[in-house]
Amino acid sequence: MIGRGKGEGRTARRGGAKDHGTRPGNEDRTAPRGRRGSRSAGRDRLRPARLSPLDHLRTGASGLRARPTRVVLSALGIAIGIAAMVSVVGISASGRADLEATLARLGTDLITVAPGSTLFGGNATLPEEARGRIDRMPEVERTARVESVGGANVYRSDLVPKAESGGIGVYGVDVDLLDTLRAETALGEWFNGATADHPAVVLGASAAERLGVTRITPDTLVLIGDVYFAVVGVLEPVELAPELDNAALVGQGAAEELLGATGDASMVYVRVDPERISEVRELIGRNANPERPNEVEVSRPSDALAAGQAADRTLQGLLLGLGGVALLVGGVGVANTMVISVLERRGEIGLRRALGATRGAIRVQFLVEAMALSLLGGVFGVALGAVVTLVFALVRGWPFALPWWAGVGAVAATVAIGAVAGLLPALRAAAQHPIGALSAD
Amino acid sequence: MSVREESGGREGFRETVPAVEFVGVSRVHPGGVRALDGVDLRVERGEMVAIVGPSGSGKSTVLNLVGTLDAPTEGTVRVFGHDVGALDDGALSALRARSLGFVFQRFHLAPNVRAVDDVADGLLYTGSPARVRRTRAVEALTRVGLADRIDHRPHELSGGQRQRVAIARAVVGAPALLLADEPTGALDTASGAAVMDLLHELHRDGVTVLVITHDRESAALAPRRVEVRDGRVVADSATVSVSAREGRS
Ligand SMILES: Nc1ncnc2c1ncn2[C@@H]1O[C@H](COP(=O)(O)OP(=O)(O)OP(=O)(O)O)[C@@H](O)[C@H]1O
Ligand SMILES: [Mg+2]
Repeated sequence: MIGRGKGEGRTARRGGAKDHGTRPGNEDRTAPRGRRGSRSAGRDRLRPARLSPLDHLRTGASGLRARPTRVVLSALGIAIGIAAMVSVVGISASGRADLEATLARLGTDLITVAPGSTLFGGNATLPEEARGRIDRMPEVERTARVESVGGANVYRSDLVPKAESGGIGVYGVDVDLLDTLRAETALGEWFNGATADHPAVVLGASAAERLGVTRITPDTLVLIGDVYFAVVGVLEPVELAPELDNAALVGQGAAEELLGATGDASMVYVRVDPERISEVRELIGRNANPERPNEVEVSRPSDALAAGQAADRTLQGLLLGLGGVALLVGGVGVANTMVISVLERRGEIGLRRALGATRGAIRVQFLVEAMALSLLGGVFGVALGAVVTLVFALVRGWPFALPWWAGVGAVAATVAIGAVAGLLPALRAAAQHPIGALSAD
Repeated sequence: MSVREESGGREGFRETVPAVEFVGVSRVHPGGVRALDGVDLRVERGEMVAIVGPSGSGKSTVLNLVGTLDAPTEGTVRVFGHDVGALDDGALSALRARSLGFVFQRFHLAPNVRAVDDVADGLLYTGSPARVRRTRAVEALTRVGLADRIDHRPHELSGGQRQRVAIARAVVGAPALLLADEPTGALDTASGAAVMDLLHELHRDGVTVLVITHDRESAALAPRRVEVRDGRVVADSATVSVSAREGRS
């Protein structure tokens, strides 16, 4: 009754001809069930069966399922390393996405032209006709100029001591400035033709904060020099012209009339055809000051924004290095776990050999186990890294961005680490003598 | 020797290739210990042989050689006609997977694995698909009387039940030759007797069984007894056992 019962199924399962188990003593009983046959000695070639990939996977995973705590602990090192690397990539990608969004909003077609210094180190000035000549360049779409008015301090009232004026700069500006910079008002409004010549002022974002201007009423006044100006508006931060954030902007007419402005431009903001921006950069200095083009300073504020982003690279490199070290330590942890596992499971190895596992099958089993262990850490690490990136992006108000290759790369890296870490233990397991393994401990 | 004569007498009807054949087999361990010393042995298909002898006499060595888990240092071991010394690892593994079943004193059940999965692993290296392995495992567990325990894990089973799971795993692939090294060594008398009954049943169904036992009673019940001492076969009740078997069938 035992072992026999299903004679037919047995034969089929073995593919018929491979049966060495022809039993001489039982012909009469077994023959009618069809499992006898006149097979001879069973000297047919012996070929080990191949395990399906799924069986390899299942067998490799079985070792992990039996020891969950150890799995978690040894996968942790890998997880931390991968999480560090993924979050570095994710955070920098999110930062870049934010920068790109900002640049798309602000445009990369803004150029500033300012007087530089003379050959002898003195302050140069822009010629009066500079703006007009720039305006006439065919690539230029629009311009706006500002004049820095020296010597005029800004206070909320005459009761505030001079020392607390906060270094707020005063600029005489054109009405065009707002549109040229694509700046926006947070409170009140920008100048119009009427207010530009009156003692009216628009404050930059941080200047308004320092002066304590949080709302605008008809009697919100600030003192510039010794003249009271009515605050008509407050700007949002101007990313392409951060110098205007801590500034009080007055109409050019009022600046000349009331604050002694001279009419010399201290900066010309130029919007150009984005396709031809590099040509413009070459030519604009000569147009602004044909006699001394080297006394003109031309720059592109969007470059400065991008450069600020690039400055984070050192930190990124450091974090990536740390992640790499964690990953290395994690790999050593996996190797260590596998070595112990092989020692502990000598009985299992011997048993599997007795059940017909080839050395190759044992090798694959432990290799798969190491790779699965490492992969587990990797997948967890990618998830953790994504969460860190998400939180960071939320805090910074960035869009979340994590390039797909970071996830794929991390997973591939962990599988490779697992393979390397598991190689030696797997070879050892396969080399183990089945008897030694069975009679162990 | 007498077995050979026996088989000669039944020439026209039985296979000429025995299940096991030892010719001048010695096994010398690196330290110089002669675990076996020039053993000749022949076990026909369908026999049940009890190997007895004092501790350290070489019983396990014999079984390991038959099971191709070990190789002789001198002489030839043939299992179903295959010269074990001439086979590579792949062929030996195939032989074990298809034709041999092992039962150990310590059951070697995987911790925390359900009986049915453990038994199914007995077929893992035969290349049968998972579904088939499971079906056969349930059948094998039913055959050893554990139909109601298929989902139990080792710690939920008694020692005797564990050994029966191990036997189910050994026979799930329907091996032609079952090797049991003190299968009752870790069991009480009653469970031990149940396990021996199981082996006898398998034998009756046509499986060749080699069992090492310290238990005089179980040994006495075996159709053939081979006694090993100091690495040599000192007694073999072959003639008696074969006659007994013939009388039965
Ligand atoms: N790996 C080994 N290295 C050295 N000597 C060994 C080794 N394995 C077994 N022996 C020796 O070989 C001899 C036979 O051992 P074996 O295990 O076959 O005995 P046994 O009859 O099964 O004993 P028991 O009844 O105690 O299980 C013993 O003297 C033993 O010490
Ligand atoms: Mg022994």
